[in-house]
Amino acid sequence: MITKRIIPCLDVRDGRVVKGTNFLGLRDVSSPVKLADYYSRCGADELVFYDITASAEGRALFTDILREVASTIFIPLTVGGGINSVDDFDRVLKCGADKVSVNSGAIRNPSLIGEAAKKYGDQCVVLSVDIKRVDGVFHVFAKGGREDTGMEAISWIKRGVADGAGEIVVNSIDTDGVKGGFDLEMLQAVCDAVSVPVIASGGAGCAEHFTTLFKTLPGVDAGLAASIFHFGEVAIPDLKKQLAAEGIPVRII
Amino acid sequence: MIAIVDYGVGNLFSLCSSFACIGAEAVVTGDADVIAKADKIILPGVGAFGDAAKKLRDAGLDQVLIREAKAGKPLLGICLGMQMLFEKSYEYGEHDGLGLIGGAVRPIDELTRGTQKIPQIGWNALHFPKDKPVSPLWKHIKEGDFVYFVHSYCAVDCDPSLIAWTEYGAPITAAVQSGNVYGCQFHPEKSGEVGLSILRAFCEI
Repeated sequence: MITKRIIPCLDVRDGRVVKGTNFLGLRDVSSPVKLADYYSRCGADELVFYDITASAEGRALFTDILREVASTIFIPLTVGGGINSVDDFDRVLKCGADKVSVNSGAIRNPSLIGEAAKKYGDQCVVLSVDIKRVDGVFHVFAKGGREDTGMEAISWIKRGVADGAGEIVVNSIDTDGVKGGFDLEMLQAVCDAVSVPVIASGGAGCAEHFTTLFKTLPGVDAGLAASIFHFGEVAIPDLKKQLAAEGIPVRII
Repeated sequence: MIAIVDYGVGNLFSLCSSFACIGAEAVVTGDADVIAKADKIILPGVGAFGDAAKKLRDAGLDQVLIREAKAGKPLLGICLGMQMLFEKSYEYGEHDGLGLIGGAVRPIDELTRGTQKIPQIGWNALHFPKDKPVSPLWKHIKEGDFVYFVHSYCAVDCDPSLIAWTEYGAPITAAVQSGNVYGCQFHPEKSGEVGLSILRAFCEI
């Protein structure tokens, strides 16, 4: 039986892991290579690296670090941040990424999803969507959650899947950093709309939030979180034991 | 020395890193002579079957692989590389494979009939057939260990060569072996310590 995935997310800027609360007020956490190795040994099922660097120098530093991570850790790696073209896919895939996550780049250029899926396969293209309620409607936000695109999120996601996105990361801006639990209502709406794997992001504060997520929404395939893992508030081996005890299929190593 | 066949398909970074990690000498090559001189061969692959099979043929490597495999050299196909070992694939049309293992490649959905998400992405458990000796590929791992899958198509009609299956709404072919020819549908290079142990076992064959 396929297991539910637990995915730590590492936001990387200028070669260091950082984590924002509601995307603001970044705090330094640790070395990406050390954290990746630690998570891999703990039983993380996958790692996501978001490159939040703006400068070209920072980007080069990021690909160096990616290469180092990918040559020491043998679990799937997803890379996002600053992916605007098929060339950007090429750049990170050559450094050992397995999947590439697109967000603002796909909003600016919606044909990016289809072009990348055709070249690298659907399984390689992850559509990451930052979503916030605006007057009760799920809106897609761009630029790290700073800009309301005005687009309705579910139709954007459906379009992305039709174009070839192989997985969807649903990041709820409304619950991100609040640690009050995943945005079940938003996730339900996405699960009802698409048949590709859905990764829940934003809001995890404790192990029980993952249990609730997978029990309430069997259509969710993975839970993604950052700070609760980075600061040791939730240890992945304990989380997985708890999920297994609740009858949720997980990989125990 | 292990030859990792390079025919312009897929990402070989992790595979190379995996062999480096277990201390095995591996070279990425599209050169028929290097493949012929190697002790073992890895056939990787990601993407669409028809396109990959054409690239392998255009590079003139299909006949090299068939010749070396028939001469007894251990060959391991991974993911799409595993699917190419079969006689045929029905991924967007009908395509010929290398024909080293009996069976065909068909959409997972033909077995699962809409009950499961396609592609299968994630970690799933390996089960070994009860009526056969355990394959040398599993020397360092055990029944129930988890490996990482990413695929929309799977091998069917290959019971004689089945050495592991996984449960995904239906039993799905996870690995095959016919003599010296091996195939893994999952990615050992992305399956953590279990995956490295499988590659180590292949190196020891």
